[in-house]
Amino acid sequence: MSEPKKMALIASKGTLDWAYPPFILASTAAAMEMEVAVFFTFYGLTLLKKDIKAKVAPATNPAMPMKMPFGPQGFQNIEWPMPNVLMGNVPGFETMATSLMKQTFKNKGVATIEELRDICIESDVKLIGCQMTMDVFGFEKDDFVDGVDIGGAATFLEFAAESDIQLFI
Amino acid sequence: MNDMVHEQALDCKGLNCPLPILKTKKQIDAMQSGQVLKMEATDPGSVNDVNAWTRRTGNELVSHSDEGGIYIFYIKKA
Repeated sequence: MSEPKKMALIASKGTLDWAYPPFILASTAAAMEMEVAVFFTFYGLTLLKKDIKAKVAPATNPAMPMKMPFGPQGFQNIEWPMPNVLMGNVPGFETMATSLMKQTFKNKGVATIEELRDICIESDVKLIGCQMTMDVFGFEKDDFVDGVDIGGAATFLEFAAESDIQLFI
Repeated sequence: MNDMVHEQALDCKGLNCPLPILKTKKQIDAMQSGQVLKMEATDPGSVNDVNAWTRRTGNELVSHSDEGGIYIFYIKKA
């Protein structure tokens, strides 16, 4: 085949819901035989840590459907009305909402972030950690999974300039 | 529909996007040119996705069918 297509992504967010798009797109593009680079910056950089602690943030996402991942289907279909004041103030609410969301993903046959990231690494997706963010947050290269490159805006832009697809996530 | 001759089979039932495509890619990579993979999925999105993936990668989607919510694909490796 001709020159492979290229895709350049910026992953800027570190919540569980926003962790999915870059890893889904990167792994799928690699499966479609594209060359892929993902630049992880600001909160997105936490997705390169060996242990991903991404949570959902219901208080800042009022459209998030709050559903229970267990019980009869009729019960699972209920959308629980959650006032923002409750979500913002009850200790542990995010942790609970995160485990419900993870259980729902599992029930629906959705891969975990860790699985998708492993597939990205296996399929030679270039993972670039933002040096400036590392300095700001005090992260070390050792905090990240193996195979991460470190770079800055110019490193990303050099690849992006030659890419067919560029997305900011 | 009659079962088509195939060298390998892959069960992606119950898996959601993008796993059927990622697993198909991995399996096809381990096969010889001209061999056929039978892949079964329940993700309705996989119909469009497998079509797109085969067009992009040059592998041939020989046939696909819907057997009561189970989508069956026969893919010939390029």
